[in-house]
Amino acid sequence: MYGYSRSIIRGVIVAVVGLLLAAPSLGGLKAGDRLPDLASFHLEGRLPDKLLGRVVLLDFWASWCGPCKASFPAMERLHRLYRDRGLTIVAVSVDEKRENMERFVKSMNVSFATARDANQKLVAAADVQSMPTSFLIDRAGSVRFVHAGFHGVQSVRKYEEEIERLLKEPPP
Amino acid sequence: MRRITSSDLIPMPILSRASLAAALPLLIAGCAAVKPWQREVLSDAIMQPDRNPMSNQLTDHVYFSREAASGGRTVGGGGCGCN
Repeated sequence: MYGYSRSIIRGVIVAVVGLLLAAPSLGGLKAGDRLPDLASFHLEGRLPDKLLGRVVLLDFWASWCGPCKASFPAMERLHRLYRDRGLTIVAVSVDEKRENMERFVKSMNVSFATARDANQKLVAAADVQSMPTSFLIDRAGSVRFVHAGFHGVQSVRKYEEEIERLLKEPPP
Repeated sequence: MRRITSSDLIPMPILSRASLAAALPLLIAGCAAVKPWQREVLSDAIMQPDRNPMSNQLTDHVYFSREAASGGRTVGGGGCGCN
């Protein structure tokens, strides 16, 4: 009887250890990390040639996400306002179907760069916890601020404040 | 007379210790977390339990007013039918 209980306990321990090993890394992309080389993730779409030396807003979105739809006009406004001062926006779609992404981008008529993470490798590496999630990266290529979700005016004010702050920093 | 123990109820040859120990991790590992970027299908309108909130509100109001029935969904009240 005791041997039987021991087997169950052993099984539970094996299961817990297995789950811990199988669990995705809790790392992800967070403030202080370096922005990985986007080219290595083979994103669909054309990325801006030069990101280093620019303040980058890397946004993960999907056509099926309501707040993402609300965030696009705000990002377009930010892009028009700050692009000449050094802001680059890269909006990465996690849509599984290319046509859904294209339809969305066409309806939004935005001037910033859009790409699709077809294999969902970049978004997995970034380990975003909600949609949309955006990362503000400084001129040196380090993640400085992370925005989970889009909360209308409140988010826009925060973006403006942070972008202004990063634009004032000297290039590396 | 011998007392019945739990080992009599679960015959060990059938459900061996090894198979039980092997099955447990498999059962637990069957739970999969859906990542935020994998929720395209879940976010589809057809997956929503409450696809027409206004219609449901009206139906609830009818149940509440005519049948003095309330609760079960979102309408509160004591079921007095006075609303």
